[in-house]
Amino acid sequence: MNNTSNTPLIHISKKKELPWYASWGIRLVAILAAIVLCAIVTMVLTGDNPGQVFSTMLYGAFGTRRKRWVLAQETSLLLCVSLALTPAFRMRFWNLGGEGQILAGGLACAACMILLGNKIPNAALIAVMTVASIGAGAVWALIPAICKAKWNTNETLFTLMMNYVATQLVAYFSIIWEVPKGAGQIGIINQSTESGWLPQVGPHKYFLNVLIVLILTVVMAVYMKYSKHGYEVLVVGESENTARYVGISVKKVIIRTLLLSGAICGLAGLLLVGGTHHTITTTVAGGRGFTAVMVAWLAKFNPFAMIASSLLLTFFSQGANEISTVFGLNHSFGDILTGIVLFFIIGSEFFIQYKIHFRKKSAVSESGKEA
Amino acid sequence: MFDLISFIPRAVAQSIPLLYGCTGETITEKSGNLNLGIPGVMYVGAISGVIGSFLYEQSAGDQMNGFLTIFIPMACCLLGSLLMGLLYCFLTVTMRANQNVTGLAMTTFGVGFGNFFGGSLIKLSGSEVPSIALSATSRAFSRSLPFAANLGWFGKIFLSYGFLAYLAIAIALTASYVLKHTRTGLQLRAVGESPATADAAGISITKYKYFTTCIGCMIAGLGGLYYVMDYACGVWSNDAFGDRGWLAIALVIFTIWRPNVSILASMLFGGLYILYLYIPSGMNLSMKEIYKMFPYLVTIIVLVISSMRNKRENQPPASLGLNYFREDR
Repeated sequence: MNNTSNTPLIHISKKKELPWYASWGIRLVAILAAIVLCAIVTMVLTGDNPGQVFSTMLYGAFGTRRKRWVLAQETSLLLCVSLALTPAFRMRFWNLGGEGQILAGGLACAACMILLGNKIPNAALIAVMTVASIGAGAVWALIPAICKAKWNTNETLFTLMMNYVATQLVAYFSIIWEVPKGAGQIGIINQSTESGWLPQVGPHKYFLNVLIVLILTVVMAVYMKYSKHGYEVLVVGESENTARYVGISVKKVIIRTLLLSGAICGLAGLLLVGGTHHTITTTVAGGRGFTAVMVAWLAKFNPFAMIASSLLLTFFSQGANEISTVFGLNHSFGDILTGIVLFFIIGSEFFIQYKIHFRKKSAVSESGKEA
Repeated sequence: MFDLISFIPRAVAQSIPLLYGCTGETITEKSGNLNLGIPGVMYVGAISGVIGSFLYEQSAGDQMNGFLTIFIPMACCLLGSLLMGLLYCFLTVTMRANQNVTGLAMTTFGVGFGNFFGGSLIKLSGSEVPSIALSATSRAFSRSLPFAANLGWFGKIFLSYGFLAYLAIAIALTASYVLKHTRTGLQLRAVGESPATADAAGISITKYKYFTTCIGCMIAGLGGLYYVMDYACGVWSNDAFGDRGWLAIALVIFTIWRPNVSILASMLFGGLYILYLYIPSGMNLSMKEIYKMFPYLVTIIVLVISSMRNKRENQPPASLGLNYFREDR
């Protein structure tokens, strides 16, 4: 018994890779546990019974046709940004600049709508907008990428700072282009002529956005899984030295991947400004650049799993919004619930990757073998 | 004419939350934890202090005890930030979760928590005041030395602040001293640079990461408290704290992980933040948005230059953002 004091009470070791159903099962348990905690928090704050709370949340997300379309729209925009970040994350390049890249794309889009609106044919305008948005987003990601490739500048911090440069640029142009003078905001652009608005396709004005993002999801999944580029990204992410050894130009891969990442964020900016709000404000990205980091990570960078994770987070925020409206609470309630869900899922990864061994009371010699 | 005597006190008042956040984040990062939850922690620190003092002001009425007026918000603030720090450590150190994701989730949660209770506190506590205005507490926090007003420009520039401002500077100097000149600081830096080496030398990685991150969060939380109680005169308004948390993280890079430099650097950032008020731009409001961009631009330039020059002492801690697992290869 004396020797046991040298063995730690808890010993943690890595698990072998779990089959997919086991790891998703653990995540599901985590989500359910989070939902229970959310229900308790909501009950304490509103004094309502949990059944009522959930039916309110479900109503908030799926209750009417409009709500369902809003849910689809919000999910697909979040999904779009998550898809954008995926190739960068796969390369272990922490692109936290989604927010800034969306804003850059959106700003370029708004600029085209304001400066060229009603001057050139609508089809040409939309083409110019698309190119400009995608280009602007790509440039915004390119700057940190070049520095990372050349001097190994810390990309997490660099991309983070670029967000605020973009925010201030948008604030600057909001005042330059303000309508009416002194309002400090742009307002709906080309409201009467709808020049530069993405056209309505299919049954609903949001259908086009959803469709584009769904196509993008498939393309991204194929790109990551079956293309040579996708493979190179993976190798660089796993080990830069290995990549160099097999003749992959690491710099080229970093820059190319970030161009792609920024371009898709720029596309999200286009969908937000040209396809949804028809205006630009500093908050148009709405924290999606950050939320998307979590969406992508939750889905383990699998584009199809991201549909589920972005739907989950959007459901929570829409549902919590409904709760706060019904009970007259502040709308930040959704952020609290989202936070709780995230903490649980983040924590659940531990049980997927690691195994816990407790110290055995009798067998002293076994503790060595077990590791 | 540029009015320096009114400019400096305002720049300093702006700088104090940044200084708290920066000092907290610097020592956290020295242990290898990149805590992107600092903006959230600052919100939680602020709102915890507000909740504490709101309930105290409501219950005490007119008979407010001077000591408790300060002590209760401080204790609540420190407790709230400590809990956030523990949460971060539990997830990243014990559970080895990804630091960026955990940090961002903490920011989402913390900002939401602050805005939610800021917006719903009155409704939830069932009181009948129109808005959260903690004027009595705020007076206690922003009280400066009684003779400061008689000292002209000297008093205005150096002595016109509440005690939390001086505390911020004291904490930054202490942090700088501990990091550079003590064994604890040396071991802490070893943990951040190469945890495997530190572990081999018998330093407890877990203990260091937990302690520094929690202390760092508590320091950052005080920045939020200062903002509400002193700068904003005890009035909570949602999202008023803004992006100061991110600016504090920017400041860490700008000062290349040195808390003593951050005292002046935070004042520089604070000055840049309000510079637009003092530059005669006429009715051209748009330029002020460009001025607000400066702190971030300057930070980017410092980041790029320090990576270009690649001097070893100016680099981020080598294991920044990475978790340590002894059995990893």
